[in-house]
Amino acid sequence: MATERSAVEARDVTKIFGHGPDAVRALDNVSIRIRENEFFTLLGPSGCGKTTLLRLIAGLELPTEGEILLEGERVGHLPPNRRLVNTVFQSYALFPHMTVRQNIAFGLEMRGVDRATIGPTVAEMLQLVQLSGYENRRPSQLSGGQQQRVALARALANHPKVLLLDEPLSALDLKLRQGMREELKNLQQKTGITFVFVTHDQEEALTMSDRIAVMDRGQIQQLGDPHEIYEQPVNRFVADFIGDTNFIRARVSSLSNGQARCRSGSGLEFDCSAIGSARAGGEVTLALRPEKIRLGKAERSAGAGKVVHATYVGTDTNYVVELGDASQLDVRVQNALDGHARFRVGDLVAIDVPAGAARMLVD
Amino acid sequence: MSQSAGISLELADAGRAGATEILAEQEKLLRRRRWLLLSPALVAIGVFGIFPLFIIVIYSFLTPGEYAGVNWTFSTDAYVQFLFERDIFDEATLIFNSDYLEIYLRSFLLAVYSTVAALIFGFPAAYFMATRPPETRNLWVFLFTLPFWTNLLIRTYSMLIIIRDEGIVNMVLLWLGVIDRPLVILYTDFAVALGLLYSYLPFMVLPIYASLEKVDFRLVEAGYDLYASRFRVLRRIIVPLAKPGIVAGCILVFIPALGAFITPMLLGGGKNLMIGNLISLQFGGSRNWPFGSAAALILMAFVMIALMFYVRTTTRERRHLHG
Repeated sequence: MATERSAVEARDVTKIFGHGPDAVRALDNVSIRIRENEFFTLLGPSGCGKTTLLRLIAGLELPTEGEILLEGERVGHLPPNRRLVNTVFQSYALFPHMTVRQNIAFGLEMRGVDRATIGPTVAEMLQLVQLSGYENRRPSQLSGGQQQRVALARALANHPKVLLLDEPLSALDLKLRQGMREELKNLQQKTGITFVFVTHDQEEALTMSDRIAVMDRGQIQQLGDPHEIYEQPVNRFVADFIGDTNFIRARVSSLSNGQARCRSGSGLEFDCSAIGSARAGGEVTLALRPEKIRLGKAERSAGAGKVVHATYVGTDTNYVVELGDASQLDVRVQNALDGHARFRVGDLVAIDVPAGAARMLVD
Repeated sequence: MSQSAGISLELADAGRAGATEILAEQEKLLRRRRWLLLSPALVAIGVFGIFPLFIIVIYSFLTPGEYAGVNWTFSTDAYVQFLFERDIFDEATLIFNSDYLEIYLRSFLLAVYSTVAALIFGFPAAYFMATRPPETRNLWVFLFTLPFWTNLLIRTYSMLIIIRDEGIVNMVLLWLGVIDRPLVILYTDFAVALGLLYSYLPFMVLPIYASLEKVDFRLVEAGYDLYASRFRVLRRIIVPLAKPGIVAGCILVFIPALGAFITPMLLGGGKNLMIGNLISLQFGGSRNWPFGSAAALILMAFVMIALMFYVRTTTRERRHLHG
């Protein structure tokens, strides 16, 4: 057993909903360790099991198999009201018949904290989420962003060991959402509470998290910090789900010291680190981010292509380049300097892929 | 130049006047249509509600006719009779008589008991129905209301058969050896309360069900997440959110139970009168229509005072919360 204590640990957790032929395997043998004081994100498309895992940690669902540990203690037998974990629900789930103050004080009251402590704690929480002066409002008298803050304050007032956040930003409009991202990150650093954040928004995950677990079909596909997840996706799902990616079939032409040189059907050459299963002469899938490709003035040589689409998006221009074998490549070029390297539809371009830009995937 | 400006202004003024006229016309039309739409309800309330009530008010201030009906002489006797008895030898001496007050008190208590019992039995039933999957909820509502499609009289008779001395309840209890003599249930206040509970249970269950169905049960999860026990989730979250249904249910059970007439007659055996029986007796056997009218109006006054009191307290509560 590891000596480092995890804030949350899931051991071989499987969750099956329903019976017989209708049974759905929401989580399939998931093991995970979330460190203390970490901003940990569960990222995946809807139905990947991320919310189920969150609900298992909260105690709102019980695992079919396996166990959940909070600070090293098994909590399988504890109902949600006995776990020192609080949740910010996607719908906020504020009590409509109570004022902001009563909502925030609810958890403290239920735990039997004396009145003399509740008052100052509520005031402190309102200050933390910048809602002082809103004590006597009802949730229905607040905007979406304000409700969101009340939900946060209500959960944080209990000083939980772990705060669970179930897509808390998804109901907000874009501007608010971006503001709340920073606020959430700041709150986490200020309070030192372990945050477990569920989202399907990769940008949210990349900007806020210390570590991310990418989930799909009830399993964790990859676990790592945002940089690893983006730069070194382990499989096609992760590469596809996070950011934009070109998938290229290529043949390994040489292999040495874990470095591979691959050649695609269109004649492009790629230098990348090899994965264990790669064999010289074998076919592999490469992932290549559009922004890592450089375009240059065309010479009639191998590895050149023709621009078939150009979309100007302000900071960047997105090109679609058709290669010799009729396959297409997405390329993103930053519009850093005025007039620099602008191409038009129909232009012939040279394609330069720096060594290490492509990544070999496990199929 | 200035002249033409003056003319155009004048024209604009005329146009504005025309516009206001048209608007006023439209307003009038709208108002007429509103009244037209309201009129069926107003006619129904007037003809079947206010007009009969008016007759009752008038009758209560007349003297009883010899063979039912009324004599058209003004008198407050009906109201005096409610609290006092006239001395047999001296018509002018009034002796306090609490018989009728007792009937009102008993009716009131029985109505309260059956309302409380209906709430205790009805709330869990409504909660059960509201927490079923949406596709089966209507089936549960249907099953629950099915018995109430039967005539009230027949249902009350079947209750009589179940609880009488030789009824099913006593037979089973005797057979099990729990008791060695039949329990006397029939013709007691308990039997009446039981009958009222059974008769009016749906009026409690359905409004509570309607408001529970609207409750967002994610709030219940939030309650558990915030360390509330099951009981506290019920008391602090579910009950307050279902309160409109609970209040409506209590009013809908209490008021008809207070004036109930068939149930106390059959299950109470006519021994202990309730308000409904008292009133029906005045229009029947006793042939004292003015007193029957007065009794009905006094009942109405009690109910109205109770409702006004309720409205006053709840609005004060709300104002207090907002202030």
